[in-house]
Amino acid sequence: MFKFFGTRAGTWTGFAAAALVLFGLAPLVMTGFRLGLLAQFLCYAIVAVGIGLAWGRGGMLTLGQGVFFGMGAYLMAMHLKMADAEFRNGPGAVPDFMELAGIRELPAYWTPFSSAGFTIAAILILPTAFAVLLGLAVFKRRVKGAYFAILSQALAGAFAILLIGQQSLGGFNGLSRFRYFFGYNLDDPVNQQMLYFIVAGVLLVVVAVSLQLRRSRYGELLVAVRDAEERVRFLGYDAANVKVVAYAVAALFASIAGAVFVPIVGIISPASIGIVPSIMFILGVAIGGRASLVGPVVGALAVAWAQTALSEQFPSAWTYAQGLLFILVIALLPGGIASIASVAKRFQTKRTPVEAAA
Amino acid sequence: MPLRLKPKARDLARTFAATAAIAGLVATAACGSRAGEETAATESCVDTSGDTIKVGSLNSLSGTMAISETTVRDAIALAVKEINAAGGVQGKEVEIVAEDGASEPTVFAEKAEKLIREDCVAAVFGGWTSASRKAMLPVFEDNDSLLYYPVQYEGLEASENIFYTGATTNQQIIPALDYLAETGVKSIYLVGSDYVFPRTANAIINAYAEAHGIEVLGEDYVTLGSTEFSTIINQVKSADADAVFNTLNGDSNVAFFREYANVGLTAEDMPVMSVSIAEEEVGGIGVENIEGQLAAWNYYQTVDSPANTTFVEAFKAEYGADRVTSDPMEAAYNSVYLWAATVEKAGSFAVEDVQANADGVSFDSPEGTVVIDGDNHHVTKTARIGEISADGLLYTVWESDGPIEPDPFLEGYDWAADLAVTE
Repeated sequence: MFKFFGTRAGTWTGFAAAALVLFGLAPLVMTGFRLGLLAQFLCYAIVAVGIGLAWGRGGMLTLGQGVFFGMGAYLMAMHLKMADAEFRNGPGAVPDFMELAGIRELPAYWTPFSSAGFTIAAILILPTAFAVLLGLAVFKRRVKGAYFAILSQALAGAFAILLIGQQSLGGFNGLSRFRYFFGYNLDDPVNQQMLYFIVAGVLLVVVAVSLQLRRSRYGELLVAVRDAEERVRFLGYDAANVKVVAYAVAALFASIAGAVFVPIVGIISPASIGIVPSIMFILGVAIGGRASLVGPVVGALAVAWAQTALSEQFPSAWTYAQGLLFILVIALLPGGIASIASVAKRFQTKRTPVEAAA
Repeated sequence: MPLRLKPKARDLARTFAATAAIAGLVATAACGSRAGEETAATESCVDTSGDTIKVGSLNSLSGTMAISETTVRDAIALAVKEINAAGGVQGKEVEIVAEDGASEPTVFAEKAEKLIREDCVAAVFGGWTSASRKAMLPVFEDNDSLLYYPVQYEGLEASENIFYTGATTNQQIIPALDYLAETGVKSIYLVGSDYVFPRTANAIINAYAEAHGIEVLGEDYVTLGSTEFSTIINQVKSADADAVFNTLNGDSNVAFFREYANVGLTAEDMPVMSVSIAEEEVGGIGVENIEGQLAAWNYYQTVDSPANTTFVEAFKAEYGADRVTSDPMEAAYNSVYLWAATVEKAGSFAVEDVQANADGVSFDSPEGTVVIDGDNHHVTKTARIGEISADGLLYTVWESDGPIEPDPFLEGYDWAADLAVTE
């Protein structure tokens, strides 16, 4: 069965099935609220696809994807707040939360965000450029393994603290109360469903890009760097550049996810982008299976869904249940949920001879 | 480095095209209202036909705020139990749907929406931090539902869909300043956590100080949860103010007061006025470090009233004799009774009926009679300055002449004209 999904026809079937579930089945069987939740989870899945590429294929344990997720989210949130203020009070108006913080004049760096085009360009370019610069600085110095993980995690912590201190970005409370998304009312259920479709579409595109990268020569090079960086270097490749590309793509995916997360959830604050959320991103990928294509998606959805379902069921004890689940998955399926088929197969081949003998 | 794609790049292009086509198709078929247009009103799904009526209790049961918010959950449950024992609301038994806000604003927003849209609750009780309230506010407004928020906060807000049963600034911070001024304080030092409540509180304090001839000798903020205070305490000590105004929240208070006592500062030479330290927190800080210091609230466990005696006894009977009652717990307890009384008055659970009938609804609460102001959805509250005593409880040393009318935008204070922002 899994061989089939390796073929071209299999890939198409897989995508068609995913599209059918996301665009056809889910809106039919889910209530508006559940669909909104699924849209939120799909954002996490988009981040996870990037981590799958950087960590699963490239061996870079990025414990700080919250930084890029946060950048995309805050950039989008700034545009939504600007659009909201301008819609109600005309051009140059100060967003409502700033008035509360005692800021009477619009800070200069906010002004360009009244343009939708500038905002979208910023969401695509800024985090990617930051990742390229950071990646060059880190990977050229051959920082890797645990040192890179610690560095990226420290970055996420520092970024959250930096934002808490910025009153002109909402400080600890973050930015919330968005009313319009590019001119559409966000409280309209029809528009909320449209947002879900946008996220689902983005996820499919992101998975397609990831698949293409994996199948390209670059993808093979990336795996080679992961498994034997020195040898790749002796062959004449610059391993740092290979890593930077995967790291930047992961950053871009996280930024896009953050940008669509904001209108769906309605709030972005430092609490959603610091160390803990960054670890939750990684956790989803680990649970799902970091090296496979769909593993990160499945893992991110499973972790988020389990968290919601368990906390609804056992509001005061769900953290124990969640911890137990993590331990069980890691202990029984070290390769993640995606490895369930191969584990089952191994189990079968082990048992068959015994049964035959009996 | 060569980055050549295999011929399969065509696949990518096709996938892109297909996805874009699907997305485009769906999007054009599903465009809703645009900015400025009216959105079709969301139908409330509250079921009033049965013998029970559901309400939500949304508090952080995990994460850093759990230690404070679980006490609020207990107070809400106690009020519901008492109301049910007395015959329920409109003859219906009140059923609590509990959810965990997990100390995260996004989770608060998610769970609030779940309570409204999936559980169809008539009202939600809970929330603690301003961040959690700000996250929930659009959810309650968009779905036209009701939130009862029980914690003192920074004011400057009045939503049709929220009832604020904790103090706004003119019922807590301004009376605290009045008290300090009365006792002859001429200079103060401000210490707070870095988020919206301390910053707004200090903006108000600065305006008050300027108008009343009090000198502000310093204003320092630490990250929420920070426990590093040696520098700040040294600055406080060398500034030698008449008093310190403390708007720190959570664990930071433990480190602050330990360090304060360590350098030899006492309540006699430089009293600290705190606005976030209640009975629950005193135990964590250690009475020996904080004895004699001041706090500003509307309720203490030691308030002498028949209603409070009943409340404290009922609470201890339900949850154990070692438990204490605090201001946010009492405000949460009140909020359930105020909701029930408003529903009885309106004869309906519908949001618009509750909103229309809220004005003037009162409850003989443990802190004294509280009355809902129908315009700003806050309640009248008596301000009390308490002194922390050796038994870990707070005793009232000063109280306002009767309940103070809520004034969230500080419209009744000339010196606050520059602060008040009307939405």
